[in-house]
Amino acid sequence: MSAAPPHPRTLAGMAGGLAKREFSSVELTRHLLGRLEAAQPQLNAMISITGEGALAAAALADGAFASGKAGPLTGLPIVHKDIFCTAGVRTTCGSRMLDNFVSPYDATVVAKLKAAGTVMLGKSNMDEFAMGSSNETSFYGPVRNPWNPAMVPGGSSGGSAAVVASRLAPAATATDTGGSIRQPAALTGVTGLKPTYGRVSRYGMIAFASSLDQAGVIAATAEDCAMMLGAMAGFDPRDSTSVDAPVPDYVAALAAPAKGLRIGLVKEFFDTGLDAENERQLRAAFAVYEKLGVTLVDVSLPNIGLSVPTYYVVAPAECSSNLARFDGVRFGHRCDNPKDLLDLYKRSRGEGFGAEVKRRIMTGTYVLSAGYYDAYYLKAQRVRQLISADFAQAFEHVDVLAGPTSPTPAFALGAKTADPITMYLNDIYTIGANLAGVPALSVPCGFVNGLPVGLQLVGPHFSEAKLLAAAHAFQLETDWHARVPAAWL
Amino acid sequence: MSLKRSDVENIAHLARLSLREDEVAGYVETLGNILDMVGQLDRAATGGIEPMAHPLRGLSQRLRADVVTEADAHALYQQNAPRVQAGLYIVPKVIE
Repeated sequence: MSAAPPHPRTLAGMAGGLAKREFSSVELTRHLLGRLEAAQPQLNAMISITGEGALAAAALADGAFASGKAGPLTGLPIVHKDIFCTAGVRTTCGSRMLDNFVSPYDATVVAKLKAAGTVMLGKSNMDEFAMGSSNETSFYGPVRNPWNPAMVPGGSSGGSAAVVASRLAPAATATDTGGSIRQPAALTGVTGLKPTYGRVSRYGMIAFASSLDQAGVIAATAEDCAMMLGAMAGFDPRDSTSVDAPVPDYVAALAAPAKGLRIGLVKEFFDTGLDAENERQLRAAFAVYEKLGVTLVDVSLPNIGLSVPTYYVVAPAECSSNLARFDGVRFGHRCDNPKDLLDLYKRSRGEGFGAEVKRRIMTGTYVLSAGYYDAYYLKAQRVRQLISADFAQAFEHVDVLAGPTSPTPAFALGAKTADPITMYLNDIYTIGANLAGVPALSVPCGFVNGLPVGLQLVGPHFSEAKLLAAAHAFQLETDWHARVPAAWL
Repeated sequence: MSLKRSDVENIAHLARLSLREDEVAGYVETLGNILDMVGQLDRAATGGIEPMAHPLRGLSQRLRADVVTEADAHALYQQNAPRVQAGLYIVPKVIE
């Protein structure tokens, strides 16, 4: 291996190093496995580290380089969020319920990235069943923020964000139901993309809220996200929500200049609740875009203020339905000595699920129960239609919407666990994109008190190439994405 | 909206969740607060608005041909089962 260690490189930088034979995939993999293991006591970012499988995959990748059969992702080590099923590897979803679950098959995302030659280093920690905004609901304990271990990394993809921020791995898969890719990306200073609903297959991705869930990626840069998305996206007959639309060359599309873009600043996002220092960093980011020849336009999403209450009807309702499959019969946790079938169901679920998951199942059960369905669920789906229409109308005037990803930088562990609603309000800026099914990403745009701040860009359906190009243009002008916590250099 | 202890116990029963005695009071409070928060939806004027059925406008759930696509793999799947016997999932007796 060359003198300089490879971990500070981006995914694209590592790909270059492999192609030029500066290091082998086995050397790179061994180096990152060592860092992941060493970081575990401090960050708790991983649930499983799969060293043996990783080294075997890396050896195969080196073989592909030797025989001239390597592709753009061959030999690149990555991490999968532990919500994606991995054949023969424990898949827990951050829950005691699945503590002993070894998946019999690969999620499509996992299979596609494997076929592209990537090397899985392991499975990242996450909020239980992706329900949380701080990674504190995991059965395996909280993940810590690499910028300050007293702070949360955000959630639910907190492990994926933390490994990229601390350069333990160059990229990680993640999922986003209400902000679970973008919010942790913002709180740890990395780039996170939630694609359009249906853009990436959800086959083998453990379901939370099926009208909102989408798989995506966290990496240091927009360029790295583009490399990953190209391999992840595309039609999958095994996912009935998968959309049969061509996958553009996201990396080639990065070259599109920002000049001439119309970016809409969402008025409502600056009205209330946004940290003043956070806003100052965002305004500076908008100035960068202006310098690049972007036109900034004020836009309004009049119903966006109702996105949190809408979400907390729709998501728990779908969660209560999806999580009914965990019954202690076919897989997952089963209680000891059930006295009858009802007791088996109730105690297996009561013991297997954590407090927040139970809260959401019960919220969903209530809003779907007889006599309440119209008042809650149908009402919420009507408001969702209004919110979605607001986005559609805004995109008639602008190419991209911009605003904060999160109201504040990372907060302290334990600060918001006592009051669920305080925790839910972390996602006020991110939930809208899930309700409307549109793609959105977060890019680092500054620091407040030593903690990263994210800029969120939102585009119309299937505009990932445009969003990534806009983020890439910003990253060519700034170096926020290149900052690494001193302890992890 | 205030929930009673019996409301939470009933919801937990419907959801097939056993709750410990010491968990119930917390859920009475937090579920009540969540229902208050989602009560904000009442102020939205939604007359004549259709409930949204799919996040991508105009698209609906795709159907596939009714043909067998998977091979039998029950032995593999049952490796994750808490109790199996002769290829069957074993649960407490449900018929007298």
